[in-house]
Amino acid sequence: MIPKEQKLTKKVFQKGIDMKSTRDAVGEALIEAARTNDRVVVLTADLKESTRVKGFSEEYPERFIEVGVAEQTLASVASGMANYGKIPFITSFAIFSPGRNWEQIRTTIALNDVPVKIIGAHAGFSAGLDGGNHQCLEDLAIMRAMPNMIVVAPADFEETKKAVLEAVKNRKPTYIRVQREVQPIFTSAKSPFKIGRAEVVWEDKNPQVAIIACGAQVYESLLAAKDLEKKGIECLVINCHTIKPIDERVIIRSAKTTGAVVTVEEHQQNGGLGSAVSEVLAKNFPVPIEMVAVKDSFGESGKYEELIKKHGLRKENIIEAVKEVLKRKNI
Amino acid sequence: MTAQELTKIAKEIRKDIIRMINKAGSGHPAGSLGVAEILVALYYAILNHDPKEPDWYERDRFILSNGHVCPAHYAVLSSAGYFDRKELLTLRKLGSKLQGHPLRGNLLGIETTSGPLGEGLGQAVGMALASRMDGKHFRIYCLTSDGEHDCGSHWEAVLLAAKYKLANLTLFVDRNNIQIDGKTENVLPLDSLFDKYMAFNWNVKEVDGHDIVAIVNAVKEAKGVYDKPTVIICKTTPGKGVSFMEDRFEWHGKAPNDEEARLALEELK
Repeated sequence: MIPKEQKLTKKVFQKGIDMKSTRDAVGEALIEAARTNDRVVVLTADLKESTRVKGFSEEYPERFIEVGVAEQTLASVASGMANYGKIPFITSFAIFSPGRNWEQIRTTIALNDVPVKIIGAHAGFSAGLDGGNHQCLEDLAIMRAMPNMIVVAPADFEETKKAVLEAVKNRKPTYIRVQREVQPIFTSAKSPFKIGRAEVVWEDKNPQVAIIACGAQVYESLLAAKDLEKKGIECLVINCHTIKPIDERVIIRSAKTTGAVVTVEEHQQNGGLGSAVSEVLAKNFPVPIEMVAVKDSFGESGKYEELIKKHGLRKENIIEAVKEVLKRKNI
Repeated sequence: MTAQELTKIAKEIRKDIIRMINKAGSGHPAGSLGVAEILVALYYAILNHDPKEPDWYERDRFILSNGHVCPAHYAVLSSAGYFDRKELLTLRKLGSKLQGHPLRGNLLGIETTSGPLGEGLGQAVGMALASRMDGKHFRIYCLTSDGEHDCGSHWEAVLLAAKYKLANLTLFVDRNNIQIDGKTENVLPLDSLFDKYMAFNWNVKEVDGHDIVAIVNAVKEAKGVYDKPTVIICKTTPGKGVSFMEDRFEWHGKAPNDEEARLALEELK
């Protein structure tokens, strides 16, 4: 069941749940942030409409920089602006930023330790029809390998707004992963959110397994938990929106409580959330882990839902992984 | 200061460069020796700065893009009063503030982290854009090597600076015609850099990079241009002042041993 303090929307399991994309949240939050903080500036690499900062560019044209299809310079120019005293948000598709400009981000932003905020849009499979060339399934891995970098994969629209607004204030290089598709908005404006703190969004009385997810897969995990409850399998679901720094305390506690973990992410199995959770547990409290993730393969053209199904990232796959991990736990 | 006095300082900087790189056992002597006059001109005659107050907000900013020539930058910063000369010989040692390539926050006077090529101009463009947004009037200077004009990222920034007509930005190119693997025109031909920058809508000047007066005058002229960024292509001799290093790409990234350092210092007397 859902802990009350999570203040999730009452419509959480209803058909009529509100739907919006996390990229839309970026656009709204940046305009909100700009109203009260004149240091906020936005730069984009020929993707102002797709990354939803067109509204910002119209409302604050003097604080908007269009660099063209030049992601490397997108990063280094933002570094210079942050070094001077601005709080730059750079927006592009995740495959190009941080995909193409990883080294510029590493040197001029992370090593330089200046507060540039990197918005990686169309992450995961959400560039669906564009094909495998545009589907970024490696961003969490490459970004969490970087010292000084904060890495966040918010679970829905409301949470993305909070992540953007917190990033304005956190004085650190920060990567926020967002998506193109509309997704259920299951958290509310009042739901707790703090970068670096995981939230238990489902908690049965005697949980046998902890499902730890990020991004859109948190909601899938909630759906899985609800089904599992009916089957008599009690769970924890953890919204681990921050991949770095990861909330070790909550992860270790959940492993101690349940003795088995399933991780879920729209990302390669190598190096993403599952890897991060495994690192924590291998060192502190080893338990059997199953990973619901992309298994070392590229995407292809297809509708988002088709790709999610093909690569096994749906509720059914989470339930399957829970059963698998429980078998291993009982050995 | 007179041109003669500044030239004398440049010679002292060259000696420091040889001592530092020899002591470190690694580093980039050719480019460092070649930019001595450019950096002396900047810190003694061009930049509006205050070594006693390095964080003064209205200061001009200087970005070293070709971070591998930082021994020259460190030597000039120290000479201008940013930090004690004793620090110079810690170059590239564990725990030193004088990292092999510049690191922000480490050493007074270092504006940013740089070194991987093709990233300095972008940062300078960012500073020029941001300060202009705030109506600031200080100027941004950036030094690049010619070799880093191989990098696409550099040209991205060249385009952007022209788009935004960043007249508060002045770029120096150390045109010494060498890079690690050989002569620039053999590795990846760059000529004519002058014509390229003209075509990219920059205000372009070409000077003798060892003539401090010419460098200072070119900057003065740049200040009179209100609708374009300026690039000053500085023709230099790599390894300048040390006969066996001059024009030899083999000295791009090789430290002089004790005997070579002794000979070099002898020549620089």
